This record gives sequence, C-alpha cells and structure tokens, in this order.
Amino acid sequence: MLKKTVLNTAHRAMNARMVDFGGWDMPVNYGSQIEEHHAVRNNCGMFDVSHMCPVDVVGPDCRKFLSRLVANDVAKLKVSGKALYAAMLNDAGGVIDDLIIYFLTDTRFRLVINAGTALKDLDWMQAKVSEWKLDVTITQRRDGNEPLGIIAVQGPNARAKVWEVLPQTKAAIAELKPFFAAEVDQYFIASTGYTGEDGYEIMLPAGEAEALWNALNKAGVAPCGLGARDTLRLEAGMNLYGQDMDETVSPLDAGLSWTVAMKDERDFVGKSALTAAGQQKQFLGLILLDKGVLRGHQQVITKQGNGEITSGSFSPTLQQSIALARLPLGVQIGDEVEVDIRGKLLKTKVTKPVFARNGKAVI
Amino acid sequence: MSNVLANLKYAASHEWMLLNADGSVTVGITDHAQEALGDLVFVELPEVGAHFDAEKEIAVVESVKAAADVYAPISGTVTEVNQAAADAPESVNQDAYAAWLFKMTPDNVADLDKMLDAAAYQALSE
Repeated sequence: MLKKTVLNTAHRAMNARMVDFGGWDMPVNYGSQIEEHHAVRNNCGMFDVSHMCPVDVVGPDCRKFLSRLVANDVAKLKVSGKALYAAMLNDAGGVIDDLIIYFLTDTRFRLVINAGTALKDLDWMQAKVSEWKLDVTITQRRDGNEPLGIIAVQGPNARAKVWEVLPQTKAAIAELKPFFAAEVDQYFIASTGYTGEDGYEIMLPAGEAEALWNALNKAGVAPCGLGARDTLRLEAGMNLYGQDMDETVSPLDAGLSWTVAMKDERDFVGKSALTAAGQQKQFLGLILLDKGVLRGHQQVITKQGNGEITSGSFSPTLQQSIALARLPLGVQIGDEVEVDIRGKLLKTKVTKPVFARNGKAVI
Repeated sequence: MSNVLANLKYAASHEWMLLNADGSVTVGITDHAQEALGDLVFVELPEVGAHFDAEKEIAVVESVKAAADVYAPISGTVTEVNQAAADAPESVNQDAYAAWLFKMTPDNVADLDKMLDAAAYQALSE
C-alpha cells in the first residue's frame, strides 16, 4: 500500500501522472516534465514535498546534540531563522542522510530529512540522544498528532506569488535572504529550495495544505512533479541522496566538502574516519558532446582511470545531456572523457558540477 | 486515456505495427508507451539491413525520466528508419502513430497474426 501525502487528491484532480516514489504515491508530472522545468526556471512552479519529514529538536542540549550529530557546524547558526545544509554521517564517514537544519532558538531547531531515510534517521538520532545522555526531545512532524505539509514554490516570480496568496506573511518573509526561515502564525516559510531558483518552502498544518495548493494554482503557479524537480536540482548541481551519495560514500567524495567543518576541535560522528581516509574521488559535472542521455551508473573512462555517473539526465535549459559523476583524482575540468552508453563510447566534457541557476545556463 | 488505433497490430511490449501494401511492416511505440515515458529527448534507431529476431532489442527511446528499449515485435530485416523521429524525439510524444521508428521486412508475414489486436492491447494497457 503506497503512502499518500495530504495533497494526493489535489494531484489527481490536476491529472498528475502518479508513480511509486520510494513507497510514496507521488506526481511525476502533470503533462510535460520539460514544460514544468521551464516554468520554474522562467516563472514559477510548485512542488508537493510533504513526503519529506520535518523533525523538531527541542531542549536545552539542542546545540550540543546537533554539533556532534552532523558534519557541518551548527555554531555557524547565530541568527534566529538561519538554515544550514549538513550531512549526517555514520562512524565510517558514510552519509546516513543530508538535511537542512533551521535554527529557531537555542532550545528549538527544526530539521528536514529525506522521505526514504526518515525512519532510519529518527532511530539514529534517538539512539545518539540516549548514548550521549542529552536533554533533547525529537519529534517528527510528518505523521502523528500535528503533521505538517510542505509546498515548495520556486522560480523568479515565486516570492511575489506567495505574497499575493499569503499577504499576512509578506512583512516577515519579503526580505528573507537565501537560506533563512520565518515563522508567521501557522506557517513556517523558508527561503530554501532544490531547484537553483529563488523561492520559498512553506510548511503548514497538513489540513491546510490543499487550500494553499489550490490558491497558489489559481494565482498562476504551475504544479510541477518530481520529474522536473530532479532535472532542476541536477542542473543546479545539488546532490540527491541515494544516487549521488549514500551510507557507503564519504561526503568528501560526493562534492560535499563545503559542508564538512573539519578544521576546529569539534568532534562529530564520522570525523575520525574522514580524517583517516581523506578525499579519494572528485565529484564533477559532465556534458555529453554526442547524442544520447547520460544516466546513473554509466562508466566514465578517463586517462586517470574509470569513474561513475551518479545522476544523469537531459538538461532542458542546456538542451544537452548532463550528469554528476564521481571521477578519479587528477581529472581536470575541461578534460574530454568517454562514457560507456550501451557499449558505445561517447564523447563527454568534464565541467564544474553546476549547470544552470537563476534562469540561465552557467556553463 | 491513451489512444489505440483499430487498424494496427500491437506487441505486449508496447510497439505498434502496420502492414504495408509492399509487405513491409512499419513499427513505432504506442501512445500508451510515450505517455508512460514522458517527454522524449533521444531516439536511437537500428541500422538499415540489420536482422533482428522477435523480442530482441532493436531501438532505444529515452525520455528525461528514463531509457526504454524498443523490441523487434516480429523477426525481420530493417529496411528503412525514420530519421525525422530521431531528429525530433518530441514528435513521438505529439503523435506516436505518425512518428514511426523503422520499417522491416518480416521473415514470416504470418507472425503478424499472432500479435495483439486493438481491443486486446487496449485491455492490456489499461
């Protein structure tokens, strides 16, 4: 039995093509994935991401807990509302999950964790609270008594559309810099996203999500499926858990070094393993010069040895196939390499791992 | 609701076939298949002159979402490919029955009788 978000009926009413997405009955598109992609790059689109799991971390030991739990350093969170992207590692330095941490007060943080990893993450966090004997309460907000829905509104016109539909929130959210959140009444509105565009991610009581979804649609915001979400995040060079990294992959080999705060004295789970192993691979972009489509798990042949594509698709913005890949050290941006697609070796160029943001190609 | 044409034959693997007056068979993917795949961005066609046994991979169609094999619905030799479909993969989304992929000369034209008719394919693809 597939799990459903609170917007399931709304998706079906909008003729969404529904698929089994890791056990969730989710919209992959509402007609054309490519049109939805362009809507977000050029105007405004919205995604139901209520399958993702908000987690409230409350108590006097919040900072102590998060400081040891994740590889990024919550000491960077000094202003209320500020958000931090971080990887939660196991003892071997593999990525259990990647998450966003919102700092609200010194005794209250909110995390958002991935849908497919939510239960394992919660078990891990709970075990660490006990092991470290901390005064922290962990409450997931996806199911249970006070569930939240999450709607991501993304694109150059996203902010204006949200102000139009939720005018009472405008004063609090209009000036939000990227990667901040504000709480207004029942809304938790963050200037975060997974598309490389400006916009908001709105958490609200699950029972109110459908009314907001329909109001945004009436205001001209295009419903977009998880298909477009994937090509948008790929163009933006954002990692997808389970494809670009997992429990067997070090964040240093997944392009996430910028999220790992190694330098100071702070200890965190996985730190000693990362220090011992160092960086083994580099995480870079690829653009296919021949015709075809790059896909995950295809082999990349370079002078320095073989690498592997972790995510690949067709880029609607570039009109070419692009990919993220784990490649041997020594491969340089600009190198020409080959990708094995069904036994044929196709010409591919190594790029930095970001292709398009804010409406245009950056490559 | 996807479209199924009454004058065509179908394979369970979602190819359609049209028997031409010259004995050749035109093959494409069904409307149901293009709808399931979503926006197509790449079509790889077989080589003219190549022979394929039934149910062997003969072409590839890729959408933004996924790659899918196209199978030879019956055994035969490729006589012509539709380069226009490879140049504009979206034409298969627009009309899967107009944007054919290849033509083949069947080893045994009677093989066509074993394929699904429109009603049987409709039932299968629902």
